[in-house]
Amino acid sequence: MNKVQNNKAWLLVLPVFLLVAFSAIIPLMTVVNYSVQDIFDQNNAYFVGLEWYQEVMSVPRLQDSLARQFFYSGTVLLIEVPLGICVALMMPTRGWTASLSLIVLALPLLIPWNVVGTIWQIFARSDIGLLGYVINGIGIDYNYTNNSVDAWFTVLLMDVWHWTSLIALLCYSGLRAIPDAYYQAARIDRASSWAIFRYIQLPKLQGVLIIGVLLRFMDSFMIYTEPFVLTGGGPGNSTTFLSQTLTKMAIGQFDIGPAAAFSIIYFLIVLLVSWLFFTTITHLDKDKVKEQSHD
Amino acid sequence: MNWMAWTLPTAIFFSTIGSIIVMMTVWEIRSPCIERKGFLPISTTRGDRLFIGLLSSAFIHLFTLGFTSLNIWLALIASVIWLISLMRWG
Repeated sequence: MNKVQNNKAWLLVLPVFLLVAFSAIIPLMTVVNYSVQDIFDQNNAYFVGLEWYQEVMSVPRLQDSLARQFFYSGTVLLIEVPLGICVALMMPTRGWTASLSLIVLALPLLIPWNVVGTIWQIFARSDIGLLGYVINGIGIDYNYTNNSVDAWFTVLLMDVWHWTSLIALLCYSGLRAIPDAYYQAARIDRASSWAIFRYIQLPKLQGVLIIGVLLRFMDSFMIYTEPFVLTGGGPGNSTTFLSQTLTKMAIGQFDIGPAAAFSIIYFLIVLLVSWLFFTTITHLDKDKVKEQSHD
Repeated sequence: MNWMAWTLPTAIFFSTIGSIIVMMTVWEIRSPCIERKGFLPISTTRGDRLFIGLLSSAFIHLFTLGFTSLNIWLALIASVIWLISLMRWG
């Protein structure tokens, strides 16, 4: 075996590397430097070791917003993924209704985050918003500005409205990619529609679902604008998520040291989760290749 | 470089990481590695194991700092042992 080794193509990656270094690596290193110092101004910075990390992890405000963030991302995934699959299964497959439903589903994805926030901010108000007015009209006391349960309900509903389409569209394309032969075989076996879903459609959707879950996790984990516009993080701190806590700390209070320590922890969590997803995806592909080579 | 607010410990930290990456590159060129399976549930290359080791070391440090009152140097020693055994048997 005489394989020619030629790694010159790596030089073509150099410009990208320089860009990433400028926009990500060097700033990240600076953040690490900030996180071990108490900085008053450019000439007054004192080395404090890992004190900020210790402080950041023991402050309840940050622990709470981290817990809230995980709960939020988890709930969002639990609602949107099954709902998206159901929507995709019920969508028409051909004719003008198919095009129409694709367009309708794509619409929320095109609306900018702060506009989504504004829409729901007004829509859910109990005095002038239709949703808030109707909920109060049927006898349920609902006010998202001073009840934290209502605020959570509204923020979750907004996210479901905004992003379920993404899962639905991904699943729709995944479903269309299943060859008809599978369904024919199922019909010959007189498989029930549940069996078709469980043993044909769901396994074939695995790939798109992993990508959908990854995208939704990352998006919901870094959510900022929508709750910021809708509730401003309130009432109290009940809908203040990680990125908002971080922004308040870094820009509002100018606590650069603790904010840097906190963003490093935030970064490590995101890195861990993304790596887990990435490894799962790549290893699923590898397993498939192995299976096929065994056949 | 004043704007980057360098300190000696972070400079040592980044030069260690940097030299590990350079050494890994040289090692890879001199003897390319083959993906294998150790005690980790997935088959990994040398670089994969380094990444897993560094990321888990970061979490070992955070855990020590946040949930115990142990000295942080203990976490460093534990991480180095963990990293070496991961590279060798992972």
